[in-house]
Amino acid sequence: MATTTGHPGRTLIVLAVLVAGLITLLALSGTWTPKLGLDLRGGTTITLTARNTTGTGTVDPNSLQLAKTIIQSRVDSLGVGESEVTTSGDNQIIVTVPNVQQDELVRLVGQTAVLRFRAVYAAEQVQPPEPAPTATSEPTQGATAAPSGEPTVGPSETAEAPSAEPSAPAGTQPSSGGNNKPLPALPTAPPVPLDKACVAADGKGTPPDKALNWQPTEACQAAFAEFTCETKVTEVADQGLFACNQEKTEKYLLGPTLIEGNQLTKAVAGIPQNNVNWVVNLEFNSEGATAFEQATRDISQKSEPQNRFAIVLDGVSISAPSVNEPIAGGRAEISGNFTQKSATELANVLKYGALPLAFDVSEVNNVSATLGGDQLRAGIIAGIIGLMLVIGYCFLYYRGLGIVVVASLGIAGILTYASMVLLGSSVGFALNLPGIAGAIVAIGITADSFVIFFERIRDEVREGRSLRTAVETGWRRARQTILIADTVTMLSALVLFVLAIGSVRGFAFTLGLTTLIDVVVVFLFTKPLMTLLARTKFFGGGHRLSGLDPEHLGVQALPGSRSRRPVVGRPAVVSEEGA
Amino acid sequence: MSKLSTIGHRLYTGEVSYDFIGHRRRWYILSAILIGVSIIALAWRGLDFGIEFKGGADFKAATTVNVQTVDSMRDALRNSGVPDLDEATVNTIGNNQVRVQTRTLDPTEEVPKVRAAIANEVGINPDQVAYSLIGASWGGQITERALIALAVFLALVALVIGIYFRDAKMSAAALVALVHDLILTIGIYALVGFTVTPATLIGVLTILGYSLYDTVVVFDKVRENVRDIRSSTTRTYSEAANLAVNQVLVRSINTTVIGVLPVAALLFTGAVILGEGPLKDLALALFVGMVSGAYSSIFIATPLLAQMKEREPDMKKVAARVRARRAKESQKDRVVETPSPAPVAQASASTSTTEVSEPSNAELDEASSAVGNGARKVSVTFKPDARPPRGGSAKRSQPQNKPRSQRKK
Repeated sequence: MATTTGHPGRTLIVLAVLVAGLITLLALSGTWTPKLGLDLRGGTTITLTARNTTGTGTVDPNSLQLAKTIIQSRVDSLGVGESEVTTSGDNQIIVTVPNVQQDELVRLVGQTAVLRFRAVYAAEQVQPPEPAPTATSEPTQGATAAPSGEPTVGPSETAEAPSAEPSAPAGTQPSSGGNNKPLPALPTAPPVPLDKACVAADGKGTPPDKALNWQPTEACQAAFAEFTCETKVTEVADQGLFACNQEKTEKYLLGPTLIEGNQLTKAVAGIPQNNVNWVVNLEFNSEGATAFEQATRDISQKSEPQNRFAIVLDGVSISAPSVNEPIAGGRAEISGNFTQKSATELANVLKYGALPLAFDVSEVNNVSATLGGDQLRAGIIAGIIGLMLVIGYCFLYYRGLGIVVVASLGIAGILTYASMVLLGSSVGFALNLPGIAGAIVAIGITADSFVIFFERIRDEVREGRSLRTAVETGWRRARQTILIADTVTMLSALVLFVLAIGSVRGFAFTLGLTTLIDVVVVFLFTKPLMTLLARTKFFGGGHRLSGLDPEHLGVQALPGSRSRRPVVGRPAVVSEEGA
Repeated sequence: MSKLSTIGHRLYTGEVSYDFIGHRRRWYILSAILIGVSIIALAWRGLDFGIEFKGGADFKAATTVNVQTVDSMRDALRNSGVPDLDEATVNTIGNNQVRVQTRTLDPTEEVPKVRAAIANEVGINPDQVAYSLIGASWGGQITERALIALAVFLALVALVIGIYFRDAKMSAAALVALVHDLILTIGIYALVGFTVTPATLIGVLTILGYSLYDTVVVFDKVRENVRDIRSSTTRTYSEAANLAVNQVLVRSINTTVIGVLPVAALLFTGAVILGEGPLKDLALALFVGMVSGAYSSIFIATPLLAQMKEREPDMKKVAARVRARRAKESQKDRVVETPSPAPVAQASASTSTTEVSEPSNAELDEASSAVGNGARKVSVTFKPDARPPRGGSAKRSQPQNKPRSQRKK
């Protein structure tokens, strides 16, 4: 730091360039305000903890990533902007959605994705909610190629899928996995329970092994006729279900669960040998394989649409292939009019449904926009009061040097603000209430550095040095103390950041950031400024209001600059000074 | 204010001196009482952990508070159709918010019901009821993480202290001060019954850093003052340390005041404007800890250090020498002066009496002002060249410095 001694002007120019650079970056990024945390603008934060349902304890990172993607798409389906889904640690997913207070969000995000295989009892084309392509307007069901282009399922060993029903004509997508567009908006109304007519009188459900025998009553079928895809029915595993496909172009009356998704061990997209079309290969565990063989044997005997089964995820049928023959061995293949993309997507969805993960809602933080605004205002007020108090005290005690404090705090403020804005737009740093607290506490830490410096200068003057020399020698001594103080704070900030959970991390982050900025400001601004000021008559000459006047310091006269009068009791030192 | 700074000067030179170390017993007893009260409070009342640690739900709604608010809110909860809400705490924050804290609730089944009940009671939309919900097991995990954080932090701080001071006794004294501050802060929480939240914990960990820093400032000066203590006949270790405390007193007060002012602003807005929340929790812990940190660095850490150091054979020798010299001086000259810590003695540079074994704590290159400088009206015949301390370089380099800076003009 010899340069700061020698070229105070040059150092100040370096700082000016730094500040100008930051402001240019701000201008380029086009954002002038920091990104605010949800506690300051209202919104909901949900922390989910993944649990491994197979009981091995650890959560596979890939599964977690996949789950994150699915949750993101669920949140997106609510049509809220700026939502963020991130993973945290090795088993957490954090969902932040600004400006949303709906209970629906928590329900939607927190629910475990459950994949179930159910038999189809009735299927009916419906008008999609938005203007539909005319291709699906004329529902004809039968053995002939259905425009719905339903896929088929067959044993996967066969080189060619024995699909009796040809693939759907181009132009329509298979009802399976064709989710290459965002999931349609989910109904905003909460899901309704299944019509009572479809539930057994005793309320008892049907276990998987009896599921094939389940028959809907006539009343139930009547209820199904009334059902539209605008409503969503709560899915209960051992009972029937009304469900729609993702495009809401077909609705299904489904039987109780035949096979649970966790019996599915594998789902991959691929092109079988001697074929050109994409398929999705499934593999079941032994239990699933038995159930699947039984189910396919039964279903394949039936006629359309009862020869189909639906793969239901989160109450939505993601695929409803038809079966033409019993499939043994636990390996199956869904074929249809798949593209690489749609096949991969279906495979992923199936995989997710088979993920051995369940999610617990660990924490929900919901802040209304009003409360958020209040908190932001309180934070700003606290900052202003704190700043005023510190500046007031510095002026009272250090008089003219208070200007140095104000200027330095000002520079630190500009740097902090600019960094926060830039970190917000680059790495998504969001300023929250603890973060504001950290910045306010940092006012004291930053001002502390000046106190150490000033007191050291005073000590030096008391030792008999001229002010100009005192600034340099005082700096050399203060520097070390400032650095150790900042190191300690930085260390605290780092440890806190690593170990803290949730929003209090913001405190650690801003504390660390401002400590770093403190070092920059003290070295590049306060020190050179003091060097320059010591050359002025007002400060260097020890004006009464400069905070460096002899009386204020308790010495009889400032040595050096104005008077060479020896200070009593310091003959040796003064003689050194005079040299 | 100017009075304070003049005092600062007089403290610096030793003209005015408070005998912190001589009266250490007084401060030890005071701290012992405070710690005793803290421990009793902790054992008797325990800490009130927030829902973040034990799991639970916390609802806040804006309303105009009146005398019936709490009771009618209780009724509303009872009628919400959610079981086991009798244990719920209902209180008001300021005059415009009501807060309900309950056991942990099912996020999809029970939370909407409770929200609706509260919203209905105060006449707002359920979406305007802010809430946070912490699952029970999650709370346990947070507690675990918090304890780990505390342990890791203490270990790291101990490591930093060890590296920085490179002196077992200084490290020990600094650690004692640290633990002292920690116990007092926790004690205040137990005594007053403030709720402990993660923000509180962050605050507590931060003050550990602060406390350490306060001690560093004082010990730095002590180290500077005792650099040549082994050859000294003018003052004992305790006296040198006491002078150091006096010299940094103004600075300690200033840094503490300046550190505490923004925290006080936080505490004020957090408690008055918001009523509850991380601002208040953080600020409260910081406030208590900062004040305690400043106190312990002066009244506990330094006397303790001096006490431990005085037990060293070398320091005993120094003390004996100082006593002998003083006895001789008073016999010879009959100079009546106030006793310690500004000794009146013609310091003869008796470097020869002790083998100059570089004390480990003097190796650090904190620039040292000559030891004798603090003494009042003592013409110090201390020769820096006799045993050049590294810190002396600052002084010797000055003549070169000054012309250079003049040339710069």
